[in-house]
Formats: sequence, C-alpha cells, structure tokens
Amino acid sequence: MAGVEAIDRAGYVDWLQRVGDNALILGHRVSEWCGHSPALEEDIALANQALDLIGQCQLWLGYAAEIEGEGRSADDMAYLRDASAFRNALLVERPNGDFGQTLMRQFLFDVYHLELLRALKGSSDPRVAEIAAKAEKEAAYHLERSADLVIRLGDGTEESHRRMQNALDLLFPYTGELFNDDDIDRAIAEAGIAPLPSTLKKAWDETVRAVLDEATLTHPGAVWQHGIKGAGGGRQGVHSEHLGYILAEMQFLQRAYPGAVW
Amino acid sequence: MYAQLVKSEGAKSRDEMSPEEAAFQERIDRGEKIEPKEWMPDGYRKTLIRQIGQHAHSEIVGQLPEGNWITRAPTLERKAILLAKVQDEAGHGLYLYSAAETLGISRDELLEALHSGKMKYSSIFNYPTLTWADMGAVGWLVDGAAIMNQVPLQRTSYGPYSRAMIRICKEESFHQRQGYDIMMKMARGTPEQREMAQDALNRFWYPSLMMFGPSDAESVHSAQSMAWKIKMNTNDELRQKFVDQTVPQAEYLGLTIPDDKLAWNEEKGGYDFSEPDWDEFFAVIAGNGPCNAERLGARVKAWDDGAWFREGVMAHAEKAAERAAAVRTAAE
Repeated sequence: MAGVEAIDRAGYVDWLQRVGDNALILGHRVSEWCGHSPALEEDIALANQALDLIGQCQLWLGYAAEIEGEGRSADDMAYLRDASAFRNALLVERPNGDFGQTLMRQFLFDVYHLELLRALKGSSDPRVAEIAAKAEKEAAYHLERSADLVIRLGDGTEESHRRMQNALDLLFPYTGELFNDDDIDRAIAEAGIAPLPSTLKKAWDETVRAVLDEATLTHPGAVWQHGIKGAGGGRQGVHSEHLGYILAEMQFLQRAYPGAVW
Repeated sequence: MYAQLVKSEGAKSRDEMSPEEAAFQERIDRGEKIEPKEWMPDGYRKTLIRQIGQHAHSEIVGQLPEGNWITRAPTLERKAILLAKVQDEAGHGLYLYSAAETLGISRDELLEALHSGKMKYSSIFNYPTLTWADMGAVGWLVDGAAIMNQVPLQRTSYGPYSRAMIRICKEESFHQRQGYDIMMKMARGTPEQREMAQDALNRFWYPSLMMFGPSDAESVHSAQSMAWKIKMNTNDELRQKFVDQTVPQAEYLGLTIPDDKLAWNEEKGGYDFSEPDWDEFFAVIAGNGPCNAERLGARVKAWDDGAWFREGVMAHAEKAAERAAAVRTAAE
C-alpha cells in the first residue's frame, strides 16, 4: 500500500474515474441496443456485456469514492457529476451508429481494456488488482466476441465489409487518446498502480492488426487522433457534445427528484 | 403467459376421433409428455405453434417497454437489475422459439408472421411505460399475471414447451419480486414517488386483467386446448386467482386498486371485481393500442436494419466452410 499512500489523492480519484467512467459510458451506450439489435442472440449478448460494464463501474467508482473520502458513493459519482467531471475516453461516448460501428467501437476498446486489466492484476494496490482480476475475465470474453464478429463481418458480404471499413475509419481517430500519457498517468505508474498508457500501445497494435488482417480490413494508418492536442480529450474532462445528452438521460431521475431513494 | 385468443379447433368427442387421435388423447389423459418426433394431430401442432409463437413474440416485444427505462434507471444497481431482467426476457424468447422450431416451423418464419401482423403478441406491451414506477408495476402486475398462467403450463403436455416453462418460471418469480421491491420503495418514498406508484397501478391494473384473455363464456378456443393440456386453466379462473393474490399486496403497499366495485366475497372466498373494458382489449389486439405502431415498428426496424449483419455472418460461414473444404481437397 506504500504506493497508494505516496500518491496525490485527487490524482488517484481522477485515475480511478477514468477507468470507471469508461465502463459506465460504454455500458450505457451498449444498453441502448436492448431490444433493437439484429438478432435475438445479439440482444442477449449486448445486455450481458452492458451488465458486466455497469458492474465494473460500480467497483471502480465505489473505490474512487472511498479514496476520495468525502462520503460520496458510486451512484453519486455516476449521477451527480456534470460532463466536465467525467473522465472517460472520447471513444466510448461515440454514438452507436449502425451495428457495425457499435461492434468496431467495442473491439477497439476491448483490446485496450484487456491489456490494461491484465497489467492491473499486478498493481501495487491490492484493491485495484482484485477488481482487475474480476473484470479481466469479462473483458476477455468481450474481446473474443467482438474480434470474432469483426472478422466475420469484415470478411462477409460486400456490404458488411464496407460497413466495417467505414466504422473503422470513423472510430480509429479516437483510439490514440487511450495511450496518451499525462501527469496523472505518470504519478500512478510511478507508484506501481498501473502501467503508463503508452506501454500498452504495442500489444494493442499487434492484436488490432492481426484481427483487421483476418477481417480483410485496411488499417487506417497514422491518421489524426482526437483528444491529444489542444485542450485534451475525455480523460481531461473535455468531451464531445454527445456526453451531455448521455448524462441528461442517465441522470434525469436523480436530478429531477433530489434526495429520493429508489 | 402472454398467449391470448389462441385459435384452436373445437373439441372432438371420442366417437369423432380416429384411432390415432384417440390413442393420442389417452396418452395426454395419462399425463404422458408428447415429444417432437412423435405423431400428433395437425390441430395440436398448429395450436401449439400459435401459442408458443405468440408467447415468444411477447417476450421479445416485451423487452421494449422496459428497455425504455434502462438508460434512465435511477441507480447503478437498478440499472443492472433491469438489464438482467430484460436479458432474461430475450432468453425466454430464445427458449420458446426453439421449442416452436421442434414443431417444424423456423424462427425466421415466426418472425415474418410477427412483422406482417399475422401473429400477435400480448396486448399488455402496447401500453407505454411513462415513469420509473412503471418498471415496478410491470414487474409486479405484468410478470405476476404471467406467472399465474405459466406455473400450470409447466405441466403442459408438449415436452419442449413444458421444459421451457420450467426454466422461465424460475426467472419470472425473480422478476416479480424486483418489481414489487421497486413499488415498495416508491410507495414509501417522497409524495411524488408515491403519486407515481399509484398512477402506475391505475394505468396497469385493467390491462393486466386483460392479459388472461376474454371471459371463458366468450372464449371459443378453450375446450380443445384444455383437452390437449395446452391450456391448463380457464381465463376466468386465472384472473380470479390473480386478483385474489394482488389485492392484499396493493394494501400492503398502501395503494388503491382503481375499482369501486372491488369487494371481498365471503361466499366464493375471493374478490368481486370489475371486468376490464373488453372493447379496449379488442381495439388493442387489432392494432389500435397506444404503442402498437412503435412496438411493432421497432421490431421491424431492428430486423430490417440488421439484415446486412445476418447476411454478413452467414456469408462468412459459407466462405469458411469452402476454405476448409479446399484445404481438405488439397491434402488428399
């Protein structure tokens, strides 16, 4: 625990929110499909995935609230922060688009997520290691599924190939942010809590390239990456317009009826 | 549950039955289960396809009114529970379509019949879910009514249907409890929450009573289905049982059932209650409920928008099979 005590508490809360908010916002997006997906099996799988992600966010945000020590709960974090206090990456708040975009977003995130969680199992903070161990099993399954579908649809019909290539071109510019180190990341890495995001890039790139190859999709190459230059991206609390609408919907009851118990 | 107005042929007397039909009826009377490959009368097969299909459709359309609140669930725990519940419903749809497939009809054919309006789903899902309390009312009343019908169907004569119902019933009772738990929180919450709870009960009470179908006096299809043990109780029996179970639960919540005529009848050992408006019921079944267009429209859109996905996955499977065959040929 020496590592945990040595770091700045606000920075640690921020970092835990980055991990937890990714799960919360992606879980929200995935849950929007409920009852509307292209096949019954997909409805079941997506609900399951959303459920995993919401469960993970409860653990991460619950721990963030504990570290913060101001009596907030995971629910307070999810329902009573405004957009600029959210720390999720821009990728996970991208709209669902067609089912291909939803799958591609999931795939690009799952590869990153699994690499991160695997590394976090060796965290100097046993609480982080414990949550990561649980979440890793779920993320491994998510990746197995999303990679499989990206391959099938990339190498399916002409139309499915076109849609998957579009999805890739559309979403790839939001992946760079996931691997962009900042001061908080450096402090967390120094304390042995988590790896530097940039160190996950190589493994991510290898898996992504292998799957895209098999899917007969073209890697977009060194394209512009959002959320790195200028004011920064979602991890700094500078989001796209989409997050405001997600929160307006998600937080409606808590905001309209403050203090009510549900 | 979720099967209303399932058409079946009129019951035959023993004298009218062929030797095969008589032997079949005797098996059912002895409590034997009928399995997919075994001989069955055409009417039995057709009635079951209609009933199981309608039930399956109800499960998948039933995802929509609750799915309507997943993104607005008030806490992370409520969101997770609701997601799990809607996921269960999709799973129930899957068991039931599979059970129907054992009768010689494909899931795609059944879905086509749903999308064209040829097959129906339960009238209840054509009502809107307007507040969070509706998530409570749906679990408590709608799933409560469904369980009332499904518990006896665990003993139905068709093996795959019976086994599907056994699995479904286990999950439905969890659904009903979570619904009641939401109602409890709302009924004991702030004045606004209490008002939402009462309003939800007011709106869902009669539509829930309609779930059992019209009165037996008007239900022309019951006799044959009951002889075949496809239907285990009459509509009125189940409705009565539901009212008797639900009234004390409403009292415990401190909510009022929206029925001036509701009164305990000592003689019959059950409540007297008002019939729902059957004109409304038939209007909803005919497509004129408040949400028919949205519900069916959402299903058709999901299916049409997903065509490329399903075709893509199939095309890949064919390519993979061709490649595997080519590898085998090359090796020989």
